[in-house]
Amino acid sequence: MFETDQYTINIGPQHPSTHGGLHVEALMDGETVVDAIVHLGYVHRSVEKIAESRTYTQFIPYASRLDYLASHLPTLGYVQAVEKLTGVEVPERTEYIRVILAELSRIASHEVFVGSLAIDLGATTGLIYCLRDRERIMDMFEMSSGQRLITSYMRIGGISYDLPDEFFPAVKSFLDNIPRMIDEYTGLISGNEILQARCQGIGILTAETALAYGVTGPNLRASGIAYDIRKVDPYGVYSRFDFEVPIGERGDCMERLIVRIKEIEQSGRIIRQALEQMPAGEVKDKVPKVLKPEKGKEVYHRIESSKGELGFYLLSDGTEKPSRVHVRAPSFVNLMVLPLISRGCKLQDIIANIATLDPVLGESDR
Amino acid sequence: MSNMEKDQTFDNLGAMIEAQFEVTSDTFFTNLRINSEEVLSLMQTLRDEHGMNYLANLTAVDYGEEFEIVYHLYAIPDNGLKLAVKTRVPREKAELQSVFPVYPTADWQEREVFDLMGINFGGHPNLIRVLLPQDFVGHPLRKDFRKEG
Repeated sequence: MFETDQYTINIGPQHPSTHGGLHVEALMDGETVVDAIVHLGYVHRSVEKIAESRTYTQFIPYASRLDYLASHLPTLGYVQAVEKLTGVEVPERTEYIRVILAELSRIASHEVFVGSLAIDLGATTGLIYCLRDRERIMDMFEMSSGQRLITSYMRIGGISYDLPDEFFPAVKSFLDNIPRMIDEYTGLISGNEILQARCQGIGILTAETALAYGVTGPNLRASGIAYDIRKVDPYGVYSRFDFEVPIGERGDCMERLIVRIKEIEQSGRIIRQALEQMPAGEVKDKVPKVLKPEKGKEVYHRIESSKGELGFYLLSDGTEKPSRVHVRAPSFVNLMVLPLISRGCKLQDIIANIATLDPVLGESDR
Repeated sequence: MSNMEKDQTFDNLGAMIEAQFEVTSDTFFTNLRINSEEVLSLMQTLRDEHGMNYLANLTAVDYGEEFEIVYHLYAIPDNGLKLAVKTRVPREKAELQSVFPVYPTADWQEREVFDLMGINFGGHPNLIRVLLPQDFVGHPLRKDFRKEG
């Protein structure tokens, strides 16, 4: 009788397919994964502790660095949480600009997802096409905030500056290009036979497991549950837009990819409506330089980030600094199911599972 | 959500909870303040009988003499109810039951609270540090943690 010993393979923390310092310890039996243990913390910067020694405004750049692939989204979540806590009003025009930038961030993040899934599975060309399109979004961010990646553009009660004139033709031509982009991704990446073979039926996340483990965002929707915070608990002006929530059925790697490609299309729809409805006016309310929310007041505010439910729990002690800031990071919670969906699959499937769960380690490690 | 709808959801929560726990409501959440021993049984009731199947957030706050553990609960599909369950444990005896048997999503979130705030969750299957190295000493989010060297 031929017997094999179980052995461990370390994936990461220094490995391009782990999207930052993620360390997965895979317990193998031959080519089959018996168990996977996730080790986090390689990018831990103790953001929550730092927040306790900064004023509410000073924390904005730190929030921007949580999810660096879509940096408008965490800053949006944070400033909206502070606005709820302090009762600061936001001008109408700003609400629309925030939506436009948030959805552009979502598209940028999903493009990195699609491209990095392709390159993780060996298709280098796929990455180049996605990064080419994402570059146009980075250019638009540069026009508006001066920064490409870590924008820190949102302010409590508004945004730092109004959008420049050259932003609007750029975003319009980008929107016109979306159908062609999606055709290309569908043809080149999701339509690729090798990629399909690597993704179909791999890493199946059932709806029950997803719900039990608190998985949110496109990962949950790929498992067949239409839960989108922009629909069920709208924040800002999201209730005014007409868009669909794409869902999958089986919850495998392929559907997690397809749901995101469809979401790019829906984000485009939202941006178009926001551009049409956007009124003229001021972009920043008069906000006191020093914010001192009522003592003991607390708030939990959540937004639909590109990864899932991004929540900020803030507690005030009556001073200009928060007493507690907690970030409910979707990447952190979503990664919890990685061992569950990887058991029984082959070693190379772990790479596809990591890529399709789409963790950003800056956010999960905080 | 209008006030009337909110009153109805209170009714749906059942007389059991209203009679036993201190229920307050602010603009954002319906708050339930309970004893730390009752957390697990309350969570079981909330999930099984009131459809609150989604534990969105689990965190802890340092109040000096006591720690407060906060759970934010929703339902999928959404039923309009937003619950914040709060409980306090004394600093010297910072422990309570894990809600992992009811909400598996508490797994890493409880590990994080244990790691950064030093609260023990009884019955947790694998209560080890999740963000800091295993040999790290202290719990950084406690207010008495020494920040500078």
